[in-house]
Amino acid sequence: MSKVIIETKQLVKSYTIGDMEVRALKGVNLQIQEGEFVAIMGASGSGKSTFMNIIGCLDKPTSGEYLLDGVLTSKLDKNQYAEIRNHKIGFVFQGFNLLSRTTALENVELPLMYDRHRRISDPKQKAVEVLQRVGLGDRMDHVPNQLSGGQQQRVAIARALVNEPSLILADEPTGNLDSHTSIDVFGLFQKLNSEGITIVLVTHERDYANFAKRIVELRDGKIIRDQMIERPLIAEEEMKKLVKLEVEYEA
Amino acid sequence: MKLKSIIIAAVKSIMKSRMRSLLTALGIIIGVAAVIVMVSIGEGAQRQVEQQIASLGSNLLIIFPGASNSGGVNRGAGSSNHFTLDDVTAIKDQAVYVKAVSPVVRTGAQVIGGVGNWNTQIYGVSPQYLEIRSWVLQTGEFFTDKDVVARTKVCIIGSEVKKNLFPNSDPIGELIRIRSVPFKVIGVLVEKGQSAMGANNDDLILAPSSSVLDRLSGGRHINFIQASAVTLAQIGQAQIELSGIMRAAHRLNAGEDDDFTIRNQADLTEAATATSKVLTLLLGSVAGVSLFVGGIGIMNIMLVSVTERTREIGIRLSIGARASDILVQFLTESIILSLAGGLIGIFLAFGIGLILNNYTSQPAVIQPGIVFISFLFSGAVGVFFGFYPARKAANLNPIDALRYE
Repeated sequence: MSKVIIETKQLVKSYTIGDMEVRALKGVNLQIQEGEFVAIMGASGSGKSTFMNIIGCLDKPTSGEYLLDGVLTSKLDKNQYAEIRNHKIGFVFQGFNLLSRTTALENVELPLMYDRHRRISDPKQKAVEVLQRVGLGDRMDHVPNQLSGGQQQRVAIARALVNEPSLILADEPTGNLDSHTSIDVFGLFQKLNSEGITIVLVTHERDYANFAKRIVELRDGKIIRDQMIERPLIAEEEMKKLVKLEVEYEA
Repeated sequence: MKLKSIIIAAVKSIMKSRMRSLLTALGIIIGVAAVIVMVSIGEGAQRQVEQQIASLGSNLLIIFPGASNSGGVNRGAGSSNHFTLDDVTAIKDQAVYVKAVSPVVRTGAQVIGGVGNWNTQIYGVSPQYLEIRSWVLQTGEFFTDKDVVARTKVCIIGSEVKKNLFPNSDPIGELIRIRSVPFKVIGVLVEKGQSAMGANNDDLILAPSSSVLDRLSGGRHINFIQASAVTLAQIGQAQIELSGIMRAAHRLNAGEDDDFTIRNQADLTEAATATSKVLTLLLGSVAGVSLFVGGIGIMNIMLVSVTERTREIGIRLSIGARASDILVQFLTESIILSLAGGLIGIFLAFGIGLILNNYTSQPAVIQPGIVFISFLFSGAVGVFFGFYPARKAANLNPIDALRYE
């Protein structure tokens, strides 16, 4: 039995909008082990973003417990939350969220700048390493608007990796990308996952969810399905199929 | 984050929008320059006044005979004319706060010599007179105590007298006749120019007091006594001391009024500089207001900047920045912005000072103190007006900040 990275118990989150109380999460119980690749699916309003924010330590649950890497998070203060985000979680967003007019290298280095423990002795060297790992070794001095969408998302993934987190949280990472690049990015996720990195992905597209090893479906703030994928799609094969499809159509 | 990387990040962020940063800092630039220039102009004006008063002499004290009161009839200041050389000797022997003292026996006379004749004032004084008036000789030498004892008939002439009697020749060694009494010219004073009251300082002849008393004025009464305190700070003590000595010398009983009046240079200086100090303060505070307004400009732009960069703040928070990191980041930016403005303002002030000193009659004296203070103040403006926007940035919720478009 491998280590449990994420464990939620009866997670509830409610907002008050005006006089109305909206319950976005109505008691979510979930366990994710180290090394898993989980896709969390759901339509908008299903509570998947709220869930993502809570497990990303960007938000606190109204009630229930959330243990990240064995640590009960509800007792922690703001600064400890910041430290968890810095040490244990790497975020990948739909809109890339890179700092504009800042080179790829500097963007990737940024999380290390906020590391008060200086776990990584040579931030620059480390940033170069992860950029090479995502295949951007030759684009390090480019600023975001000199990079394609796929490249920008690779920079974002490198930034998520640089602090050697326990898990990578990706929120609709391919929402702004075309199919080719999307498959490319999922290929990268699969590669990283095969290297032992835990990945939790939020998406509403089943096509892409199938690249994961496990799919958790949320609806109206509750888990309605949680299934292992016997044979996840393999990015290389999907790419070949896509190319073949395009060639056939043109012919 | 390390201080170095914080500063580098702040400078980068400022340089990203140069024009805006410059315009923001402009308020501080103008404010700092205005404060420095205004205070320096005030300082310059004050120096001018002080210089005029200093030309009277150094730490000067003047003892005038007081009013005589005979049979209930007050005959006004100076009427009790009974100062003698004994008073001067008493001061010389007893006063410790006085470094120099001289009697002044003044008499007007027609002077013949050189190319013509001239009516001027003759001052019978002691050899210490030059020191008291902080005056120097252009040529020749001053008489000595020996000359006073011997009642030598030597004199030193003012530049105005030289101009009239010896326009083109060297007067040293020449004889001039003062009321028919021949005096040998042994020195010429440098030109001192007009006094603060508009009189010509250079139209006079100095001679040993004994000689003047003996040969010209007759009698033994001197007109007034001039003395010089050891330091400017001791001028008050010197005045009290002189008063005691004079009272003793004139054998005044405890209840009796002084039969003399002492005026000191500090009183004059104070009255004159008080005005220019008020002026400096006024100018400085008006300029200070502009510095304050500059600070409001910084706050305004920082608030805009925080709103614009909400997403950036969200990104930073999501990758592990603490609220305090964000606070420090924005505070650093506003401090650097205002300090840079302050620095440019200082250079601007020096430039304006240079122009004022070289091309106008209004001198500006830039003192290091005000430069330092206004630089410090510009930094304080950065902290004060940067804090609110920085706190606003730091308190953003990461989720909302990330969603901000």
